[in-house]
Amino acid sequence: MIPRPRPERFRLRRTMMFMNAQKPGLIKDAYIYGCDSIMLDLEDAVAENQKDAARFSLYHALRSIDYGDTEVVVRINGLDTPHWQEDVRVCVAGGADGIRIAKCESAQDVHTVEHAVEQAEREFGVEPGRTLLMAALESPKGILNAYEICSASERMFGVAISGGDFRKCMQTTPQRDGVDMLFARGQMLLAARAAGIQCFDTVFTDLDDQEGFEAEVRQNKAMGFDGKSLINPKQIRFVHQVFAPTQKEVIQAEKILLAYREQSAAGVGVFTVDGKMIDVAFIPGAERTLRLARACGMYEGDLV
Amino acid sequence: MEILKPAIAGTLESSDAQVTIEPGKAGIELTLTSSVMNQYGRQIRATILEALERLDVSNARVTVVDKGALDCTLKARVECAVFRSCGQSAANIPWGGVVR
Repeated sequence: MIPRPRPERFRLRRTMMFMNAQKPGLIKDAYIYGCDSIMLDLEDAVAENQKDAARFSLYHALRSIDYGDTEVVVRINGLDTPHWQEDVRVCVAGGADGIRIAKCESAQDVHTVEHAVEQAEREFGVEPGRTLLMAALESPKGILNAYEICSASERMFGVAISGGDFRKCMQTTPQRDGVDMLFARGQMLLAARAAGIQCFDTVFTDLDDQEGFEAEVRQNKAMGFDGKSLINPKQIRFVHQVFAPTQKEVIQAEKILLAYREQSAAGVGVFTVDGKMIDVAFIPGAERTLRLARACGMYEGDLV
Repeated sequence: MEILKPAIAGTLESSDAQVTIEPGKAGIELTLTSSVMNQYGRQIRATILEALERLDVSNARVTVVDKGALDCTLKARVECAVFRSCGQSAANIPWGGVVR
């Protein structure tokens, strides 16, 4: 058995790759690709008559495969199906780091799942509060209720939009400039930031359209997303490249943190670095840049 | 558990195993074919028999077609087939109990 450490609510999640939990060939070596999180899928990728088999497969994968630093999240079936409660039991018993709530539309949906998770943690003797949650917004109602969903629980680490279902509801299709989901993405980002949790964009499904994929990833980064859901390992490297800070940003962040330490020790609150005014408000951003830089292999210092 | 009706779990894809279980009367009758029989035949057989023993299955005809599955996959497929044959695979699985 491979005991996984207690999941971190806030960690680096640039890439989350979907994998069918029912396919042993996929899940056995999912960690070698280097994505930050893998998303083992019990929902749409698994045929209706294989839901039971996928759970057995998931349980033993969670208990016996060493995923190392890769976070393991499981997408469970929707609350309108007969499957989700057993999905929650197997996730908690197997020790998954987090559960992704499909088709989430309200804070009540989060509470419903949270309640089942609490019960399962008691049943399987798992540390209370260990299992994290995230929500997938797939409908107009989900987007409109984004803030109440994001702030519904201390277990919530993030929220993601699911483009396929959402575009269907909105009677639109993927557009080159992202106008089809511009408002929805913006609304979800606002809600996530207001609630202090992370925010992830949807998958890009046309694997032959590399140019379109790259444009979308750049837009994600520009809009302020923390990361993106992926369907293929070949998409990982580009996202990591785009989400990496520039050398200049890393140096700037390092200077800010060093200066802040010195100045605050001397009792100074506001000061300048390279001619720019800096105060305590800049510190979390600089720390985030250095943490990201460390994950990208660009920073080896000890400021974060 | 008593095997009540025939059940199958798993596929013939690479890294998977297909397990068929049927009611029997003469203990465990295991028929195993594997793409890695010469290297791992004994270990695969042991894993299957161990899983059946944990589930307290003492009479069954079991056919396994292995395509290079890891132990964790073999266990998952055997357990799923047994629970399906008892009509109990959909809910309240004893995770961490006899399934471990």
